[in-house]
Amino acid sequence: MNFANAFTPERLQEAWNCLLTEFPFAVWETLYSTLLATLFAIIIGLPLGVLLVTGEQKGVRPLPRPVMSFLNVLINLLRSVPFIILMVMIIPLTRVIVGTSVGTVASIVPLTVAAFPFIARLVESSLREINPNIIETAQSMGATPMQIVLHVMLPESVPSLVTNFTLAITTIMGYTAMSGAVGGGGLGKLALAYGYQRYRYAVLYLAVIVLVLITQVIQSFGTWLAARLDKRLK
Amino acid sequence: MIELRNLSKTFMTGDGQVEALKHINLTIQNGDIYGIIGMSGAGKSTLVRCINMLERPTEGSVLMDGRDMAGMSIKELRQMRRKITMIFQGFNLLMQRTCLKNVTLPLRLSGVDRKTAEKKGRELLALVGLPDKANAYPAQLSGGQQQRVAIARALATEPDVLLCDEATSALDPKTTHAILELIRDINRKMGITVIVITHQMSVVQEICSRVAILENGSVVEEGEVSEVFSNPRANATRNLIYPESNGESAIFPEGGQRIRVIYNGAIASREPMIAKMAVDCGILASILGASTRSVGDRAYGYILLDIPGGPEELAKAIAYLSAVPDVMVQVEAEYAAKEADV
Ligand SMILES: Nc1ncnc2c1ncn2[C@@H]1O[C@H](COP(=O)(O)OP(=O)(O)O)[C@@H](O)[C@H]1O
Ligand SMILES: [Mg+2]
Repeated sequence: MNFANAFTPERLQEAWNCLLTEFPFAVWETLYSTLLATLFAIIIGLPLGVLLVTGEQKGVRPLPRPVMSFLNVLINLLRSVPFIILMVMIIPLTRVIVGTSVGTVASIVPLTVAAFPFIARLVESSLREINPNIIETAQSMGATPMQIVLHVMLPESVPSLVTNFTLAITTIMGYTAMSGAVGGGGLGKLALAYGYQRYRYAVLYLAVIVLVLITQVIQSFGTWLAARLDKRLK
Repeated sequence: MIELRNLSKTFMTGDGQVEALKHINLTIQNGDIYGIIGMSGAGKSTLVRCINMLERPTEGSVLMDGRDMAGMSIKELRQMRRKITMIFQGFNLLMQRTCLKNVTLPLRLSGVDRKTAEKKGRELLALVGLPDKANAYPAQLSGGQQQRVAIARALATEPDVLLCDEATSALDPKTTHAILELIRDINRKMGITVIVITHQMSVVQEICSRVAILENGSVVEEGEVSEVFSNPRANATRNLIYPESNGESAIFPEGGQRIRVIYNGAIASREPMIAKMAVDCGILASILGASTRSVGDRAYGYILLDIPGGPEELAKAIAYLSAVPDVMVQVEAEYAAKEADV
């Protein structure tokens, strides 16, 4: 079986049928694992990112240096493990949380673990964009550190956070494709198990095209939303 | 009453210590509009930030009606900061929030419910002349309007003291004038003590009753504005009063005899002084430069004259002009020497 006859009319017909029968569910699996993993990663990563900014020595609520060092090392460590290896490494954790390490639901655990340090860094960079004078102004009004985070830092960085979360979603969607290699479902699995291993290259390409399209749609929406929410532009 | 007692602030930086404030002693009476003026880097911002303890002084105390702020816990300080509010050069509004939300922020932070806060917020926006901007975002406003919103915000918690750190430095002269007018109005109507930090003499002239001149972290002169201006003792004060004197020697070549006619609050009665000198003494002075400002009906500033002839004419001109009330004459060589050692 070679590459050239992977695109004969019969193969293309087969890929088209596959698109109608297999793809809708695969797209659904990709989307919900991506979005749930992003959601959980934000739940963990957002407060962590806030701490990275507020907790530093010049922050609004300095934390002990060892605590900050620990957070930074943990994040760097998790960020430097390749996703495909991380997924295998945390199989025991996945079993504890989901009960199994196979399947789309199970893949959400490693996706979350891989994504929250990334989100934490993105949140950190968004919050660092804020004009420090505005934070000082809030302090001059007698705001507590918590109030500064909730009333000033987060609302002021909404457009930047939306932009960064869009980036996170598209990156995590890339990870879901990888999770197809070790039991996760979705377009990645379809491309690998169906397209690659059974030499149905037309299916593989189709899966990639659909992934690219979804990424484009999410990215465009995120960019549009961030611009719409940004009150500085009007 | 705000009393600064032996206030010092030293910053520890990578390359050594910076003594930003050195043993400052000042007393600011309730209801005053008090100016603190100095060149960039003199320590003005540090001083004002020490007053509300955004910066903890290294030494000394800040007494608010007798209570020492330096000794307060962070909780007490937060309470206190609602009574000592601040406006800034850069306005520092929340750009993602409407003007109304900006104004109500201090109230919301102190636990006032939304409805009450918004009612008060609208009143304050009306007070500063922006009743129709409640739902506008700061980016839609001009600099002057943004500063008005910031003033409304600063008034929200009904403060006793308003600190203005270069509040008009980013604004054009006309807008500056309007904002200063508003600040004076607020001072009069509400009896709020105002501390005005600036590098512009004109701002002090326009609204302050007392002034302290800050140079390299020390107060070099302090007193009633009219007094300090009519008899500037410190070099720093003169530099601030006649900022344009820098670089004059570059514009006018050496030689000739020049005098500087200084108005220290002379009644600006439009007396044609120079023309009268020509008629009365026969001295045909030419005007090389001038910088005058009127404050109320009084003139401040100087005229730089070139006096033709020899030392005799010079002496005559000095005697003639010095006789005018509230006018001082200096021979320009003095200034040239002073500029040379700057
Ligand atoms: N946080 C800081 N760390 C170190 N040096 C500082 C800090 N803040 C101010 N300074 C120094 O203190 C001096 C006075 O600064 P500042 O009060 O901002 O002056 P001004 O407001 O009069 O321009 C300057 O030399 C400045 O570099
Ligand atoms: Mg300053």
